[in-house]
Amino acid sequence: MRTINQIIAVTWLSLSSIPRRFGSSTVAVVGVAAVVLVFAAVLSMAKGFERTMLAAGSDDTAIIMRSGSTSELNSGLSNEQTLIVANAPGVLKEGDRPIVSSELYVVVDVRKKSNNAEANVPFRGIQSNGFEVRRGTKLAAGRMFETGKNELIVGRAAQQEFMGLDLGAKIRFGQNEWSVVGVFEAGGSVSESELWTDVRVLQNAYRRGNSFQSVRVKLEGPASFEVLQAALEEDPRIDPDVLTEKEYYSSQAEGLSQFIKLVGYPLTVLMAIGAVFGALNSMYSSVSVRGKEIATLRALGFGPFAVLVSTVIESTLLAFAGGIIGGALAFLLFNGFQVSTLNGPSFSQVVFDFAVTPDLLVQGLYAALIIGVLGGLFPAIRAARLPVAQALREL
Amino acid sequence: MKYFGLIWKNVWRKKVRTSLTILSVFVAFLLFALLSAIGYAFKGGQDAASAERLITIDKVSLINPLPMAYKNRIASTPGVNGVTHATWFGGYYQDPRVQFPQFPVDPFEYMSLYPELNLAEEQLDAWAKNRTGAVIGQEIAEQYGIGVGDRIPIQATIWTKADGGRTWEFDVEGIFSTDDPRGSTAFLLFHYDYFDEARAFGKGSVGWYIIGVEPGQDAAQLAKAVDIQFANSPNETKTSTEQAFAASFAKQFGNIAMIVTLILGAVFFTLLLVSGNTMSQSVRERISELAVLKTLGFEDRTVLGIVLSESILIMSIGGLLGLGLGWLLVQGIAQQMAAFLPGVFLSPQAMLVAVGIMIGAGIVAGIFPALKAMRLSIIEALARA
Repeated sequence: MRTINQIIAVTWLSLSSIPRRFGSSTVAVVGVAAVVLVFAAVLSMAKGFERTMLAAGSDDTAIIMRSGSTSELNSGLSNEQTLIVANAPGVLKEGDRPIVSSELYVVVDVRKKSNNAEANVPFRGIQSNGFEVRRGTKLAAGRMFETGKNELIVGRAAQQEFMGLDLGAKIRFGQNEWSVVGVFEAGGSVSESELWTDVRVLQNAYRRGNSFQSVRVKLEGPASFEVLQAALEEDPRIDPDVLTEKEYYSSQAEGLSQFIKLVGYPLTVLMAIGAVFGALNSMYSSVSVRGKEIATLRALGFGPFAVLVSTVIESTLLAFAGGIIGGALAFLLFNGFQVSTLNGPSFSQVVFDFAVTPDLLVQGLYAALIIGVLGGLFPAIRAARLPVAQALREL
Repeated sequence: MKYFGLIWKNVWRKKVRTSLTILSVFVAFLLFALLSAIGYAFKGGQDAASAERLITIDKVSLINPLPMAYKNRIASTPGVNGVTHATWFGGYYQDPRVQFPQFPVDPFEYMSLYPELNLAEEQLDAWAKNRTGAVIGQEIAEQYGIGVGDRIPIQATIWTKADGGRTWEFDVEGIFSTDDPRGSTAFLLFHYDYFDEARAFGKGSVGWYIIGVEPGQDAAQLAKAVDIQFANSPNETKTSTEQAFAASFAKQFGNIAMIVTLILGAVFFTLLLVSGNTMSQSVRERISELAVLKTLGFEDRTVLGIVLSESILIMSIGGLLGLGLGWLLVQGIAQQMAAFLPGVFLSPQAMLVAVGIMIGAGIVAGIFPALKAMRLSIIEALARA
């Protein structure tokens, strides 16, 4: 109990002396804040990207492509093959009609609003079930495109990110002019980065004959995936890769999110090391400024342990304050910040928001606390070891 | 310079504090080096790209193929000094997640348009003679331990063979390198003839054309002259210099540059605070010493210079060490990442900028304490002490 009282007393004393060394304390706080800010900013990019990619993936939808194609863009399926898929076991039916959408995926150049640069925007041809095979997609404004016409609907995120996609606008790709007749939402998923039209119209516009790139099918139930997969893999007329939509989108997301993490974590560790030096500096100066007080307390009978703990507490509190500031700044500046980038596997743009999630903020605070403890420990040991007589004489 | 001894002593007056400051400066410049090298890779090699070569792609999108028949029409355009083509193969070697590019090309035409690629003449001849031959860049050869004479399988993700197979096997006939440290050699070249004959679909088309510009010919005008020939055809074209093409492609990655700048900004802001604080502390503690210096006849300006030099010295020690280690690390990473993110490079410009920042930050951090030291009134300072 006595030790605890002592710790409280000494900590209070040292905290009340912070205004006297405002400079170095501020440096410690800002240093930690910068670490947490950068950490949360960089990793919120990975989070946001993953969230966008994975939101599109569902377990009860399967996607079928030609075997070996790592993305829809690379794949190719004949009309006959898509019919085999549609009639395979495990596919959900509404009456006689299987819930499938055979699709074509091409890329068109559209300018980005942010830097006016041409970007590869995905342009997808879907069949009438295109909405039914995608969970959570709905028309938000305007109307559905009419089959057989050069009309397209645009994802909410694509509309915000790229130029010339307002409702009612006309946009020219090569020799074809398209009318933007509707806007769709898909729960913030990657589908919202796309433009959709009737697959037949797209086949003609891009001279793809009667070929497709992927088939999405709604599954009857959780067990149907394996049934479908087995049936298609045994069929000699087709050589497919059968994936759940979830598996497909995680594989598409892997490269970029790995890359961001590969850069982000070492970056944070390096910055944290820098911040530890800042905190050390600040705490050493705290100890040296308070040399007189510490020696007096020791002479009055306060133990070295109380002095040690109080120094660590001070440093940890400063770091914690820094962590809160950094986290709050990251949240205010970056959460919901919309960007788009080229995703390698599909060679097209993905529009996503930075997501400063609670778990990132908690991780950031942990980092702050570690910096605080490390930054306080060595100065604390020095404070505790301060020779009382000598320190008093120096005054 | 004659005060260097004094400055040096002052710098190390508080060893712990100075060391800690130097270490945080060190970390900041290490980060600077690594981030600018990675940022460089996102510029897509545009510095190494030529302004003397043109790239012709489909106007609607880079992914649309162009007819082979365009080649002769481009070749006969006045001002054209050689034309060849390449196509994106998009296969992978061993690991589907690590893809280095492969391009089917015409060996002699391609190499003559890319004189910066060094390939021994006998290797070029051997490659030209072997239909299933290929040449690879030095970066790939080193990373995967592939040598001349090896037979390597590439798994196609787009181009299945007419027989339904997905594995294309190539005999490595040569290894090319480049003298330009900014240029990447992380790709594989093989025969277009073999490719076109063996692929299941898309026969008679190419991905893009590469055009050599005749000396003295205006590149922009030539680009226009090429595009105008194909206007209103089913495959309209978009021609630009290789450099402009690389730059516009790099922009597809979006705000990476902005994010890197932002991180660097946060890092330097912190760094400035740390060192500025150290400097002002150090001046505050030495007020009586500085007063003594002035009593001894040191001019105001000299005192200012001494304090400022201390600050610049601390920055430079930490900064140069950080930059040096960063440079060493980049040499290592660039090789490791060549197949994944080619073109990681710490440019001389970036290093110059870093040195500039060291000096600038040293001045900014030291100027207020230095001014304070300069304006010090001897009597007041000595009285306070």
